[in-house]
Amino acid sequence: MSPVNVGRPTRPLDSVDASVPAPRARGLQQEEPLIFDRGGWGKSGVDFETGGEDLSAPDLAGLERAGPVELPGLSEPEALRHYVRLSQKNHAIDLALYPLGSCTMKHNPRLGEKMARLPGFIDIHPLQPQSTVQGALEVMDTLAHWLKTLTGLPAVALSPKAGAQGELCGLLAIRGAHEARGDARSTVLVPTSAHGTNPASAAQAGYQLREIAQTADGRVDLTDLAARLGPDVAAVMVTNPNTCGLFERDVVEIARLTHEAGAYFYCDGANFNAIVGRVRPADLGVDAMHINLHKTFSTPHGGGGPGAGPVVLSAALAPYAPTPWLVHDEAGLRLEEHSRGEAAASQGRICAFHGQMGMYVRALSYMFSHGSDGLRQVAEDAVLNANYIKARLSGVMSAAFPDGPCMHEALFDDAWLEGTEVTTLDFAKAMIDEGFHPMTMYFPLVVHGAMLIEPTETESRRELDRFCDALLRLAAAVRAGDVERFRQAPVHAPLRRLDETLAARRPRLRWTAPAA
Amino acid sequence: MRYQPLMPADRAQMLAVIGVDHVDDLFVDVPPVARLAGPVDLPAHASELAVERALGRMAGRNRVAGSGPFFCGAGAYRHHVPASVDHLIQRSEFLTSYTPYQPEIAQGTLQVLFEFQTQVAALLGLPVANASMYDGSTACAEAVLMAARVTRRRKTVLSGGLHPHYGATTHTLAHSAGIEVHRLAAAVDAEAAVIAAIDADTACVVVQTPNVFGSVTDVTAIAEAAHAAGALLVVVTTEAVSLGLLKSPGEMGADIAVAEGQSIGNGLNFGGPYVGLFACTEKLLRQAPGRLCGETVDAEGRRGFVLTLSTREQHIRRDKATSNICTNSGLCALAFSIHMSLLGGAGLATLARLNHARARRTRDALAAIPGVEILTPRFFNEFAVRLPRPAAEVVEALARWDVLAGVPFSRLDPAAGLDDLLLVCATETTTAEDIEALTEALSAEIAA
Repeated sequence: MSPVNVGRPTRPLDSVDASVPAPRARGLQQEEPLIFDRGGWGKSGVDFETGGEDLSAPDLAGLERAGPVELPGLSEPEALRHYVRLSQKNHAIDLALYPLGSCTMKHNPRLGEKMARLPGFIDIHPLQPQSTVQGALEVMDTLAHWLKTLTGLPAVALSPKAGAQGELCGLLAIRGAHEARGDARSTVLVPTSAHGTNPASAAQAGYQLREIAQTADGRVDLTDLAARLGPDVAAVMVTNPNTCGLFERDVVEIARLTHEAGAYFYCDGANFNAIVGRVRPADLGVDAMHINLHKTFSTPHGGGGPGAGPVVLSAALAPYAPTPWLVHDEAGLRLEEHSRGEAAASQGRICAFHGQMGMYVRALSYMFSHGSDGLRQVAEDAVLNANYIKARLSGVMSAAFPDGPCMHEALFDDAWLEGTEVTTLDFAKAMIDEGFHPMTMYFPLVVHGAMLIEPTETESRRELDRFCDALLRLAAAVRAGDVERFRQAPVHAPLRRLDETLAARRPRLRWTAPAA
Repeated sequence: MRYQPLMPADRAQMLAVIGVDHVDDLFVDVPPVARLAGPVDLPAHASELAVERALGRMAGRNRVAGSGPFFCGAGAYRHHVPASVDHLIQRSEFLTSYTPYQPEIAQGTLQVLFEFQTQVAALLGLPVANASMYDGSTACAEAVLMAARVTRRRKTVLSGGLHPHYGATTHTLAHSAGIEVHRLAAAVDAEAAVIAAIDADTACVVVQTPNVFGSVTDVTAIAEAAHAAGALLVVVTTEAVSLGLLKSPGEMGADIAVAEGQSIGNGLNFGGPYVGLFACTEKLLRQAPGRLCGETVDAEGRRGFVLTLSTREQHIRRDKATSNICTNSGLCALAFSIHMSLLGGAGLATLARLNHARARRTRDALAAIPGVEILTPRFFNEFAVRLPRPAAEVVEALARWDVLAGVPFSRLDPAAGLDDLLLVCATETTTAEDIEALTEALSAEIAA
């Protein structure tokens, strides 16, 4: 697997191999091969201080590998070029509006990055004596206080690694509470519009799923909910504001019906950014809710993670929170890391150590920066911006729920594309040619050809107008019948449309050496 | 407010475009009973300087690992990370992008994931790797769930050498899914008891090497026994650097290999965020959890990369998905991949040998202290010692000497009856002075 080209050149020095296509470097766009295509076998870009150690004779009873792992290396200048060139093939929130509904791509304050890299946070070990990490525990305690105050719920489990794990953790607390009463229940009710993680988490928690119908105005159908509630239902999971970007205006009644049936009300808090500082979920009757720190409190999404999904819990569910628990005692703050003492009923660990400390610091930095007033403004501006987009585009695109305001995201369907031969996908891909990332497409599932646009509060009016103008120009092109422009799009991106069917039919998931 | 671009005049004009008088009119669907009249009871907004002071004060209350002698491991390892790694992961286009759902404008992230998967597959010695999990412990739990799906069996056996946090995490996540989890007794040579625990109902056995006591094991015989019983072997590695020196899990017969990737490219971060590595055999691919990045071509035939086989995932399959995972550890995987690219196979081998050498030097120094018994005969960069007193007490006492001596096993598993046992780890960052300080402090403390 380590081809090394040595010896005599195989063609004249002043000629190029015509069988190899010329790279498509154009202006600032560089073509960049895989690290495996460029040689570097046996190379390393790291120097070591070996300090006279004898590295030749490991004492491993024959368990050492025959030779180094066959992976190429890069010197530092080569590495910088490689990754900088690759980075320039990505869209990013720092480049332009990133309207992925439900994903909340907002500005990531760089102060959070600076704070998370303080040696006192980045260079401390999770199992150092607790007396030596009281500042880290203070971060956790302070974050917990803010989350509890903002949601009105009395307890929080910080350790879930992401929103989906928060859901699972909340459901396991619900399971614990039911089982403690000898009331094992089998079913979780979820609306059809829910994020896919909701049913997946419920299944992982050992529950069966039943779907709740939706009303014509995009909310939970109370009659259907009441009909489906019964002694087998452990929990009702509702996203609020929901995935149609609407506030569940009957939420208090949903909670009442749920509690009346002896079930718990789990709220998917992915959209908490729309109400933070203006509404406390506890006042709506919520028993458990996860909060995606990477969404509402703007820790960077990093191309897919890491996230963090703390889950706030009611007093009835708190005893079943996962370990570790943060407790105050005479010596200061202490982590109870095992299911014993005050944590005897805990559901146990859901991950090693104490969760996503690096994300806690960034989220706390965001909270301190905004304060109670700034967070309230976050919700107001997020909702204002979404309604502004809805108002500007509704004359041309078809809003899925035209009546009344939306919350933090504006949902359109594809009724306005009917008869044009342009699909939601085509329209979204054409946005790439205009310099924007597409909106969330075909989600929620309850709306045909859905286009879900979430601008967030960190967009200026100028950028919102630039975005709306671009979409209105595209819509005009649709109406003018310029179908080919949409079918071909994108043409200005680093690559044209990719063949996803081929990728799935013949999966090639790693580089392999070309046949000799 | 420095993060909010709208001015009062913008807001007023935008409300007029929307056709309402006041922003409250956009919150009309909130039941009146739940509308907060004003800000909640928390401090008001603060300047950068004020936030730096507040968080800087908290950071200052922690003993920084690199500020003195430090020997903690047990699943989180202190290694030197090249400066260019942190610079590159802070590129806006990596830091502030989302999961690469639109491949035409996410080739940067996707190509990195493809390279990451190739590196992970090579390290773990298996043909298929995914685009990362939350961390090693959740990757371990996902491996158990996957083995149960593949074998349609409901029992799993966890070696007593498995990190107790991994065992506890796996228990929580697998138990709720209806899987019986058998955790064998903790012991330095716990692998010896694994084969006897395998039976015809066993979906998989989970074995860690180097194990939580640092002991390195040839798991080939366990693989054979598992396969003979129709079970799968899951091999766990918490110290990814060890893979530069030891036989890979795949080479020893693992069907699924998971590892904590923090050691490469990522700081200690008090336990997270980290990055879970996950690899398996070709045959098991379609039951794998998490994102997968695959190679394809674009409309002009040029090579490109996409997220693929997503019909396994929650956003398509919902309650029938292979896992509920959505967010992964993209940025930590990027840091891993950059550091791994800088190291190359050759650099990783040197790094691993250096770790091994420093740990042996530490072992030799501690072995000379009367009352200290070395328990792990063969190890990579971490080993267990028996002290004449409870290890937790000794560790607290040594912290007052500003020596972080290691992790008492009782911290991980207070019920194991191994209170006198201390886990000691050395890496390339450990100096001769550090070893001397540890030896001196430990000798004095034990003699006291």
